[in-house]
Amino acid sequence: MTTHYLILSGLLFAIGALGVLVRRNAIVVFMCVELMLNACNLAFVTFARQVGNLEGQIIAFFVMVVAAAEVVVGLAIIVTIFRTRRSASVDDANLLKY
Amino acid sequence: MESPVEIVQHTAGGVIGASWLMIAFPLLGAFILLVFNRFTNRWGHLLGVAMSLASFVVAVLAFFELLGLGEEQRRQAVHLYEFIPGMVDMGLLIDPLSISFALLITGVGSLIHIYSIGYMAHDEHRRRFFSYLNLFVSAMLLLVLADNYVGLFIGWEGVGLASYLLIGFWQFKPSAATAAKKAFVVNRVGDFGLLVGMFIMWTTFGTLTFSQLGEEVGKGASNGTLTAIGLLLLLGACGKSAQLPLQSWLLDAMEGPTPVSALIHAATMVTAGVYLVVRSGAFFFPEGSAQALAVAIVGAATLLAGAIIGCAKDDIKKGLAGSTMSQIGYMMLGAGLGPAGYAFAIGHLITHGFFKADMFLGAGSVMHGMNDEVDMRKYGGLRKYMPLTFVTFIVGYLAIIGFPLLSGYFTKDGIIETAVHHQPVLGWLAVLGAGITGFYMSRMVFMTFFGQKRWAENAHPHESPAVMTLPLIILSIGSIFLGGYLILSNTLMDFLAPAVGAPEVRPEFHPFTTPGLATLALVAVGAAYAWMKYGKAEVPAVQPRGSFLTTFARRDLYGDAINESLFMRPGQWLTRLAVFFDNRGVDGVVNGLAAGIGGSSGRLRRLQTGFARTYALSILIGAALLTGALLLVGTI
Amino acid sequence: MGETITFWVLAVVSVGAALGMVFNRKAVYSALMLGTVMLSLAVLYAVQDAPFLAAVQIIVYTGAIMMLFLFVLMLVGVDSSDSFVETLKGQRFWAVIAGIGFATLFVLAVGNAVFGREAGLAAATGQGGYVRSIALLLFTKYVFAFEVTSALLITAALGAMVLAHKERLTVKPTQKDLSRARFLGDRPSPLPGPGTYARNNAIDMPALLPDGSVAESSVNRYIARYDVEQGHLPDDPKLAEAIKHTVEEGSEAEGTNEVTK
Repeated sequence: MTTHYLILSGLLFAIGALGVLVRRNAIVVFMCVELMLNACNLAFVTFARQVGNLEGQIIAFFVMVVAAAEVVVGLAIIVTIFRTRRSASVDDANLLKY
Repeated sequence: MESPVEIVQHTAGGVIGASWLMIAFPLLGAFILLVFNRFTNRWGHLLGVAMSLASFVVAVLAFFELLGLGEEQRRQAVHLYEFIPGMVDMGLLIDPLSISFALLITGVGSLIHIYSIGYMAHDEHRRRFFSYLNLFVSAMLLLVLADNYVGLFIGWEGVGLASYLLIGFWQFKPSAATAAKKAFVVNRVGDFGLLVGMFIMWTTFGTLTFSQLGEEVGKGASNGTLTAIGLLLLLGACGKSAQLPLQSWLLDAMEGPTPVSALIHAATMVTAGVYLVVRSGAFFFPEGSAQALAVAIVGAATLLAGAIIGCAKDDIKKGLAGSTMSQIGYMMLGAGLGPAGYAFAIGHLITHGFFKADMFLGAGSVMHGMNDEVDMRKYGGLRKYMPLTFVTFIVGYLAIIGFPLLSGYFTKDGIIETAVHHQPVLGWLAVLGAGITGFYMSRMVFMTFFGQKRWAENAHPHESPAVMTLPLIILSIGSIFLGGYLILSNTLMDFLAPAVGAPEVRPEFHPFTTPGLATLALVAVGAAYAWMKYGKAEVPAVQPRGSFLTTFARRDLYGDAINESLFMRPGQWLTRLAVFFDNRGVDGVVNGLAAGIGGSSGRLRRLQTGFARTYALSILIGAALLTGALLLVGTI
Repeated sequence: MGETITFWVLAVVSVGAALGMVFNRKAVYSALMLGTVMLSLAVLYAVQDAPFLAAVQIIVYTGAIMMLFLFVLMLVGVDSSDSFVETLKGQRFWAVIAGIGFATLFVLAVGNAVFGREAGLAAATGQGGYVRSIALLLFTKYVFAFEVTSALLITAALGAMVLAHKERLTVKPTQKDLSRARFLGDRPSPLPGPGTYARNNAIDMPALLPDGSVAESSVNRYIARYDVEQGHLPDDPKLAEAIKHTVEEGSEAEGTNEVTK
């Protein structure tokens, strides 16, 4: 079963990464990042059961906490940018370049 | 030869224990005058004189205390402090040699300080002048009093610095600034020799203290090492004492104020080379060795060269400078003859300090009265207008040409006699030099004080103030009697013996020997020829073209030309080559590299599009590649 | 057997929902799809002996984080869905290549790996039960990380407040200021109501002034525009003209102020 879970986790991760790359709406990009984090968590939980150790679950727990903090700050940033630029597109915020 | 007595560590207090005051007084003076600057303008010169006199008083007291000690006790080492831990202890060596120098430096130095009050009265930077003079006295005393080569070297550089500052004292004159720089550069060559000599001493003997070096050398050292050290020390001495081939700076150094020429470039600093050779006697032993012979040859060559240059100069100070070179050549010749010549060399050094300072200050007095004119062709007939200057100058003149019974007669004759005895060829060259001396010094006197007036229209010659003539009188008294006192009955030789050793055969003074008579005859011929040419005959106000020999002498024996073509021009070529290489080669590579990096960066920075998604893509590709690599590694 | 069925059902659902999230144009749908994936994962956690995490997943992710997403979507605008026209050259092509490549490689790697029998968590949770074991780990071995997490959360909350806070650049106007501005302005009175004196009393009908002329300011601009767009104009040409005029004036005003979309 472990293999199945891991493959599912990998697929979800790849889909999330693809979404980050192709979507331009910053909020959707953020959702894709969350999807990637969740995929990782699934792998952690799977491995925890595989090796018979609770530490994997603990790590997944911390990932969730950090993700929550990250979402709070990230969304605040998106709101701030939207407020000044009237756009939630990640391509519009491209001033930091050559 | 009797070797010098052992150096004893000075224990009791007394003046010898406090002999560091000699150095400290003028140093303090220089410090105060330089630091407090304009605030000391009103009384700065008096402080300078006071400090120099205080130093003189300490020197005299130390001298008498030394005389009070037994002969075995006359080399007193005074430990001051640990200078470089484990290497050099700074200390002073009070012995007959150093105290003789200290007396000369502080004595003549004080007289010249006093003279300068009058001479520099109208110079707005008189205070600065005195601060430099004090600095010089302090450094010179450190040079002669230090009991090791490191201290000696510090003093050596100190007098070099003071000399540089004083030659260029009127720095608004480009010629003075150039002359100062020239003196500095030429002296560096000599200093290089001295430094390398010291390095070899340290690596070979592990010490730089005179006393320990004496012991170590006594234990035996290879001839090659001794020769190398001796020749390097000689190079140093040549630089400081303006001996061939490093003579070129002294004539230009006359750009400095006349008291400077008298004190530094006649009486004291330029004799430091002689002091170095005598003090380093251990390395120039035995007297027939290559290095000692080199010293004698350099001395003989320089005494002739200086004399020839002196014959052609119309500038009174440059004439005297040539004469200084020549007289130091005599001293070097004496110093190259070993203990037999040391006493005469030092004796001549002391008497020369007096009569040459006397004549320089006399020349300064003449210039002072003639609106700073230095061309002797514009003098003439001055004896009536400056009687005191005239009389004192004549005394110095008679002393230098070796007129019987005056100071220079005894000391120079001693050197010539010893030289003829030890190195006949060099000795007879010295006799010839004495004849030339008779000619050019007479020429100088006749052109200045006799004959027709050839003055500029606005010249109003007058006698100098008492503050200037008093030192002249004192110096001329020394010029008359000092030589006889020092040489007759070997007073100086016995006094110096504990420090430099004494010859096996005590010389007796015979007035009528072959070289002595020959010298007198040649001097008389020279003087008579000078009278014919410059006393009786009219001196042309404009320099005549002169023969080849005259031009040769006027151009300082082409010394500058040789330096120029041998060192300066190749140096310039080398510099140009280096500049070319730097511009084209080094700069090309560096600039090319920079341009290459700049250009490629300009292209590479296009990768920074500012689109976060592009960056994310590169991250994902990287992750994929890493996974692939891990897989590959795992399967292999 | 039960786990296998659960897995396959939820695997299909979650992959489908994930793809739906990526390829749905509307952000709100994407959010709902994400919620679906998260719920599926919560169930998968529960199946894999991680009931605590399953609960946390539902509470934190689907409860808090998804709410936050929807809330921000509301702030930013529900209809701010972006077009699917790719503007970066080659981005989509390379993204697909990299995504598929990564997934393939990952699957290959996991497929290559040989796992033994699952150890299960029975041994790890042996003493005192599951939740107690988690708590034991969290408050002993990982207590420092746990405490640091609290600092992180506080910082995040503070940061969000700072970022979302809007600086007031002018003094807050008082009742007095507002009143003065009103009476010094063009119109001290309120705007006229629509259709008060007209034949029908609809809010999209402009009022008539006592002299029979049309009071243009009595119609709401947005309602007027809706009427124009939908063709609901009154028969009276005078009134229709007035409504059109209101819309034109409104669009001019809107041109200067893009805020109201």
